[in-house]
Amino acid sequence: MSPSSTLEVSEAAQQGGPSDGTKKRSATFNAAIVRRALVDSVIKLSPRHMASNPVMFVVELGSVLTTFYLIRDFGSSSSSENVFALGVVIWLWFTVLFANFAEAVAEGRGKAQADTLRKTRAETVAYVQRGDDVVEVASSQLQLGDLCVVVAGQLIPGDGDIVDGIATVDESAITGESAPVIRESGGDRSSVTGGTRVLSDRIVVRITSRPGETFLDRMIALVEGASRQKTPNEIALDILLAGLTIIFMFTVVSLQPFSIYSGAPQSIIVLVALLVCLIPTTIGALLSAIGIAGMDRLVQRNVLAMSGRAVEAAGDVSTLLLDKTGTITFGNRRADVFVPMPNVEQHELAAAAMLSSLADETPEGRSIVELAETHYGQVAAEVPAADLVPFTAQTRMSGLDIEGRSIRKGAADSVRRWVESQGGTSPVELAPIVEAISKGGGTPLVVADGTRVLGVIHLKDVVKPGIAEKFVEMRKMGIRTVMITGDNPLTAAAIAAEAGVDDFLAEATPEDKMALIKKEQSGGHLVAMTGDGTNDAPALAQADVGVAMNSGTQAAKEAGNMVDLDSNPTKLIDIVEIGKQLLITRGSLTTFSITNDIAKFFAIIPAMFVGVFPALHTINIMHLSSPHSAILSAVIFNALIIVALIPLALRGVKFRAAGAASVLRRNLLIYGLGGFIIPFVGIKLIDMIITALGVK
Amino acid sequence: MSQNVIAVIVLIAMLVISTPLLGSYMAKVFTNKKAPGDRFFKPFERLVYRITGVNPEGEQRWTTYAISVLAFSLVSVLVLYGMQRLQAHLLFNPDHMANVPAPLSFNTAASFLTNTNWQNYAGEDTMSQFTQMAGLAVQNFVSAAAGIAVAVALIRGLTRNRSNTLGNFWVDLTRIVTRVLIPIAAIAAIILIAQGAVQNLHATHMITTVSGQSQGIPGGPVASQEVIKQLGTNGGGYFNANAGHPFESPTGLTNMLLNWLLLCIPFAMAWTFGKMAKDRKQGYAVLGAMGGLFLIGALLVMPLEAHGNIHITQAHVSQAITATSPGGNMEGKEIRNGPILSALFNSSSTSTSTGSINSANDSYTALGGGVILFNMMLGEISPGGTGSGLYGMLIMAMLAVFIAGLMVGRTPEYLGKKIQAAEMKLVVLYLLMVPFVILLFTAISVVMHSSLASIYNPGPHGLTEVTYAFTSASNNNGSAFAGLSGNTDWYNTTLGICMLVGRFALMVPVLAIAGSLGRKQKAPPTSGTLPTGTPLFALLLAGIAVIVVGLTYFPVLALGPIVESLVGKF
Repeated sequence: MSPSSTLEVSEAAQQGGPSDGTKKRSATFNAAIVRRALVDSVIKLSPRHMASNPVMFVVELGSVLTTFYLIRDFGSSSSSENVFALGVVIWLWFTVLFANFAEAVAEGRGKAQADTLRKTRAETVAYVQRGDDVVEVASSQLQLGDLCVVVAGQLIPGDGDIVDGIATVDESAITGESAPVIRESGGDRSSVTGGTRVLSDRIVVRITSRPGETFLDRMIALVEGASRQKTPNEIALDILLAGLTIIFMFTVVSLQPFSIYSGAPQSIIVLVALLVCLIPTTIGALLSAIGIAGMDRLVQRNVLAMSGRAVEAAGDVSTLLLDKTGTITFGNRRADVFVPMPNVEQHELAAAAMLSSLADETPEGRSIVELAETHYGQVAAEVPAADLVPFTAQTRMSGLDIEGRSIRKGAADSVRRWVESQGGTSPVELAPIVEAISKGGGTPLVVADGTRVLGVIHLKDVVKPGIAEKFVEMRKMGIRTVMITGDNPLTAAAIAAEAGVDDFLAEATPEDKMALIKKEQSGGHLVAMTGDGTNDAPALAQADVGVAMNSGTQAAKEAGNMVDLDSNPTKLIDIVEIGKQLLITRGSLTTFSITNDIAKFFAIIPAMFVGVFPALHTINIMHLSSPHSAILSAVIFNALIIVALIPLALRGVKFRAAGAASVLRRNLLIYGLGGFIIPFVGIKLIDMIITALGVK
Repeated sequence: MSQNVIAVIVLIAMLVISTPLLGSYMAKVFTNKKAPGDRFFKPFERLVYRITGVNPEGEQRWTTYAISVLAFSLVSVLVLYGMQRLQAHLLFNPDHMANVPAPLSFNTAASFLTNTNWQNYAGEDTMSQFTQMAGLAVQNFVSAAAGIAVAVALIRGLTRNRSNTLGNFWVDLTRIVTRVLIPIAAIAAIILIAQGAVQNLHATHMITTVSGQSQGIPGGPVASQEVIKQLGTNGGGYFNANAGHPFESPTGLTNMLLNWLLLCIPFAMAWTFGKMAKDRKQGYAVLGAMGGLFLIGALLVMPLEAHGNIHITQAHVSQAITATSPGGNMEGKEIRNGPILSALFNSSSTSTSTGSINSANDSYTALGGGVILFNMMLGEISPGGTGSGLYGMLIMAMLAVFIAGLMVGRTPEYLGKKIQAAEMKLVVLYLLMVPFVILLFTAISVVMHSSLASIYNPGPHGLTEVTYAFTSASNNNGSAFAGLSGNTDWYNTTLGICMLVGRFALMVPVLAIAGSLGRKQKAPPTSGTLPTGTPLFALLLAGIAVIVVGLTYFPVLALGPIVESLVGKF
């Protein structure tokens, strides 16, 4: 077992991490972000930026075109024509600006965070070992393989592995978590991140990344969205949206000849207005904001996704490989029950068990005291002078000698031999009890007082509260959970049953894990897993979603496609939910955008032709007051709906763990039917307002 | 009225019976497993393979499959063209039909090749019996079979796991013709002949009518061609009056038989799909969407026609049911069919890319004609043509899956196959091609001086006529709204382009999608997978089809049929 101190610190970090992290980040909107976004939305009007978004690029071209016609015809048109044209032009520009604003706000939160991180990246001095000398080198001049000495109070100059020493490190600069963590050479907790501060002791770090390519640099690029590339699904959706835009361009362009044939040629401004209303501007405007916000939601939970692809894959995951220790159970075994021998009172056993553990600072020891207090009415008191007998690998027992009594607890064989050596005998009932506990996946600790065996402490792996419910949710979403453990199959089966996982892999070696991943993948499943050790690296790389613990080795962090800064493996479940939520938000807003068009048609088409075919007033089912107000209302609605949906795009559509069928029903009802109805109401309302304002 | 209701119920009952039977049978034919009738068909097929040098075990990649389809089509079009150009010198020409002029030969060859059967000629005074039998009827068989083959290749792509190949086009073509089309056509032809349809090789008889007029009574192998024209959703009539001609469809019974024939394979294909996917529910959902859209179309047109034309009523012309009239809008309809069964037939024929008619579309009520037009605009998926209906609907399903799949929080997949950027590109290409040619050529036609002259009825009705012509050609339907003189250079050329685009610019992307999906790993379904075998998905599928199409064509529909029905200006 690893030194208990390390475990404790990281455990504290796990418990405090997520909630603190979320609280610290800003709300959806704050003044600084909005101010910055307003400026950015104008800067983003540059055609080079717009060209990456075909839908909004068309809107921008339309805005330019209508502006040209507005200016050209301003002198020759009637005032009501001009008011109408000006209205359309202004609102078309707003449509583009709103889209840019959505993206800028989404980026804003990341940028604010990147600024904070940049401060951390300030130039530091590294003390590099060269032979027997230590020379000062600027951190930006470090080479791969340089050995740096870092002592308490100094910033670690670059990413690396500790090759010598042990130290407490403050990683709050990147994790937002103030509790220090322990890093030491060798093992799975050897990696340190540049920009974090050593609080105690002295370590020697071997630099593993070049300046400019460090974890911190990558993190800044990620949260800022600088290296953001479109994800596969985003590209596919872009193709669909571009396709719809082209189809509607056919529709609108061909409408002019039809209008001429029908004796009602249309102005360019009206045709552009129709085009912009038809093409999927709502989702086109919000698509990139949705993607950025999705990544940001992960960052808020202190998870860094190295690519958007991984976030999308998280939504598709159908098999979760979960390490037992730390994910499903608390890392340590805990006392569950005291089983007394015949003729021994419960409280006598409890008292002895507690006494033997008062000085035992291991988690097991503390859990025994806790159990005795909470369930057996014992009161811990100060122990007067007593001789502590520490645990050793030879005796496999610990305990104390006090007031003439010798109390011991330990492995069954050891304690029995000790009792017999004292001249006592172990009762026949002992063996079956010990065996039963072992079979059930627990660890029996036998307690003896001198020559008497008092009873057995049942230590067991305690499943984290709430985890079983999570697995039920996972199952509803169609995700199979597999527990990975080094335990023997018996123990593993018991814990698996208690936690409610679908399957388990016992006595797992890294090779077994790898084989399991490959088997699942060849069956068409997408696999997610967490890992921290160097021997996890191949499996992390093979998995579709590999979440490396920040406390883990560099190799693991390189291999995975996500890093959890809190090193909390349970977060894998959150990651899956965030991935799903991202896709759901895209799909829902696409549906909303498409169903919106029906109302817009009913607003605009009668307005265009009611002059030549008065009978078309029949399909003006919203009874919009005039052709101009009808078209302008549709354009205004089309622009305002973008703003109205920005919060939803950033927050994500509400996610509920349920089967696909019920999720589909629900979202179709809200975003399909809602998308059909809302514009009828919205356009009518806007029409009433602008008519009252005097648009004719 | 009750007679009509019974007829409609009988038709639906026939479809309910035939769809599973024919669907399951076809699934066996396409999977090359033991199929019924192997003892009879196998030796014949082996002979065909030996003569043509086809290795029946040799599977093709999508590219080879597509090249085979295109090569076969090229040869077909050349043979058919040559046959028309030389028919005066060939056999079976008792009426001494002259060689068909070059532009018309080309138009007809392209039209029958693409399963469109748009006819810029009247069969009885243009085509020799040899051209009809050995040219047009043969294309009726093989163009239908080619459509089915492409659909089957798509099913294979969707259902196979990590496979590079999609089957063998030549094997599929042979088996479809010999095991599906010929047996059904043979039986149906016998029924048709028994009911009085003409089937001979006689020349036209000249007779003197009671009123002393001289009339030509044509002969020819009519019944045999009539059945495959329906069964293969081709639609090109032996005579100009198509299924309204008593020699093609002599009785009410034959009218219903022909109506069933054109629906039976397209609906059964959905069942075949479910069978081959080893998940019947997938077939039910596609069938449900097809059937729902079909019924909506038919149930709209039938009452519209039965109710008559409101503007005629306003002109004090009675459209009531009397002893001698079935009532309703009877202009351009046969008394023996009446308005309801006429509407059912034409609605079926436009829902299926058949394009055969038993009444004149041009004379339908404005909205009735509009619905018939919309049936085609849907892209011929309700249930569409033989094969082409299914692949069109499956493309729609991929679109529906893409949007709805995201809504459940997974990257979209259909039958476990991920629909990604590569597939979406092809789906979008498929969706773009037909609206592009329809809107482009219609738009030019209604403003270009020379083409405007072809429109007999100016105003909204004229717009409908032109839109109808391009919609029919592009969707490979082939029915004409009439009222438009299509035998001009402009229309011959542009309609020809539309037919070729509507066939091959769709088939190639479909095969490319099949190839791409076939190579993919199949993901097993979980409760997190979008269920695509449910009534909700069928509804979604139909809804997406209507919305995507409706949005594209709404303006032109508004200016054509909708305005016409509101204004009464025609």
